[in-house]
Amino acid sequence: MSLLEIKGLTRRFGGLIAVNDFNIELGEHELVALIGPNGAGKTTVFNLISGFYQPSEGSIRLKGQDTKGLRPHQVTAAGVARTFQGIRLWGEMHVLDNIRIAQHYRLGYSLMDCFLRTKNYALREKAIDTIAWELLEAMGLKDCAYELPRNLPYGVQRRVEIARAMSVKPSLLLLDEPAAGLNSSDVEGLITLVRWIYDNFPVTIWMIEHQMKVVMSLCSRIKVVDFGSTIADGTPEEIQKNPTVIKAYLGDDTI
Amino acid sequence: MQKHTVTIAVFAGMALLTVLAQFGVLDRYYISVLMFMGVNVILATSLNLVNGYMGEFSCGHGGFMCVGAYVSSLCTVLMFSKNAILGAPLLPPYLTFIGFPLALLAGAGAAAVAGLVVAIPSFKTRGDYLAIITLAANYIVISAINNMEIIGGPRGFMGMSATEVGMKSVVDIPWVLMFTMLGTLFSVWLLRRFVSSTLGKGVPAICQDEIAAEIMSVDTNRMKLIAFMLSSGLAGLAGGLYAHILGYVNPQSFDIMRSTEIMVMVYLGGMGSLSGTALAAVLFTVLMEALRFLDVWKWVVIPLLLILLMQFRPEGLMGNKELADLFPKLRKYYSFK
Repeated sequence: MSLLEIKGLTRRFGGLIAVNDFNIELGEHELVALIGPNGAGKTTVFNLISGFYQPSEGSIRLKGQDTKGLRPHQVTAAGVARTFQGIRLWGEMHVLDNIRIAQHYRLGYSLMDCFLRTKNYALREKAIDTIAWELLEAMGLKDCAYELPRNLPYGVQRRVEIARAMSVKPSLLLLDEPAAGLNSSDVEGLITLVRWIYDNFPVTIWMIEHQMKVVMSLCSRIKVVDFGSTIADGTPEEIQKNPTVIKAYLGDDTI
Repeated sequence: MQKHTVTIAVFAGMALLTVLAQFGVLDRYYISVLMFMGVNVILATSLNLVNGYMGEFSCGHGGFMCVGAYVSSLCTVLMFSKNAILGAPLLPPYLTFIGFPLALLAGAGAAAVAGLVVAIPSFKTRGDYLAIITLAANYIVISAINNMEIIGGPRGFMGMSATEVGMKSVVDIPWVLMFTMLGTLFSVWLLRRFVSSTLGKGVPAICQDEIAAEIMSVDTNRMKLIAFMLSSGLAGLAGGLYAHILGYVNPQSFDIMRSTEIMVMVYLGGMGSLSGTALAAVLFTVLMEALRFLDVWKWVVIPLLLILLMQFRPEGLMGNKELADLFPKLRKYYSFK
């Protein structure tokens, strides 16, 4: 059974077709890219998967289960975590709290437990803490656990955002332009980080990315979209040679 | 031992105040100021959950206070007081010790349910629009009670003093003062536990980035429901205490003026700071009394202070820091779990 199966996914905004008949099947433990020119509908696909929009047509099945009608937090609980194109950390809470809060779906205690500080509460909070510290340690963020995200450099904020997504323990990690706004040494760091996550966690990573260096060095499979429709799907080598892709990016060579 | 210093100090302080009130060292005026202080602390800290931690702008807190005041008053009058409509007291005076706290809880519960009027629209509405809804909620409550002749309408409702009389007839100590102090402690304790848990931190997460909160598995609707209901419920508790301190309530004392007063305390203390708002509530109560000689003019002076505050320290006296963040040494003297 595939991890994610999208069939005939279409989303219209009024007269605009943002995503048109999008199909993909992702298995367990893959590293895939979604590329395409600006406005091609890539982020809309991610927004549809994470439950932020509902599809106009078509279906999204996660581990065989249709996600139709699920609210974003329920989709996350089902194992999909994501990052955002512009960083969306909670800027006024320190990094550790950012990682803790992302574990909301498996708090495992009720409001009453929280008021009465029951044994269950202590146990669960401790588990949340342990996971948070483990992640921070593993991702080299331990030193900034008590820093506010807004005081951190942009590259580190990206890492924190990825760490926050990983604290959900996702089976599918969606990265929306993780290299956007990073300098070249940060990009190198990002490539290493994504590779490390892929090697160490049982997770399928699907990223939208414009920097070909990142895509080509990480992904084994690339899907290209333009104007909402898929124009190519294949290995990096195939995509680089594909005439339709070249046309979409560089335009027609006939004048 | 050192870890419990603050806890012990708080209880010792409460005991001391009770003793002082009992033996007449504190006269009635000081006792009532003390009690209003407690009520204001509950109101300000509970509103802070919505206006500070959640970043919404609720300006109808007085309405929920009103619901709590009327519901708990109706309960105690029904139980312990002779009333033209509700008839003779149902229960003997010695049951006031159980009846009074239960009535307060009933008031708080009713206010929490009334909080749904704001909580449910908040799923889809934010900011200015939600502020208008809270304003409307305040008016709905006041106007509804104004139109209910059976509970006195605009003339107000009384008979609550029978509860205190009942309690004093068994043991003659300042019961209402004690209940007010306990209620204040309870509210702050409840809020402190909530906002310091990972569950409760979902509330500021909504404030700082609602979309991120929703995508990172925070059930935003549930968090809003909890925040609004907890906030309005505690306002109801404050209302119940207020009604039994005065022994008389009328709808006008819970109108937008009251809601504004509570908001002033929150913004004075600092949004998102529990200790800050509690201190601000104390300060504000003292200020109101100190400026009593100005009469109506104090409503010129206090808003002016608010303007100055917004101009020179918009984050409030404490920003969004707690007392222990400003004085880390304090941590040695209390343990919070």
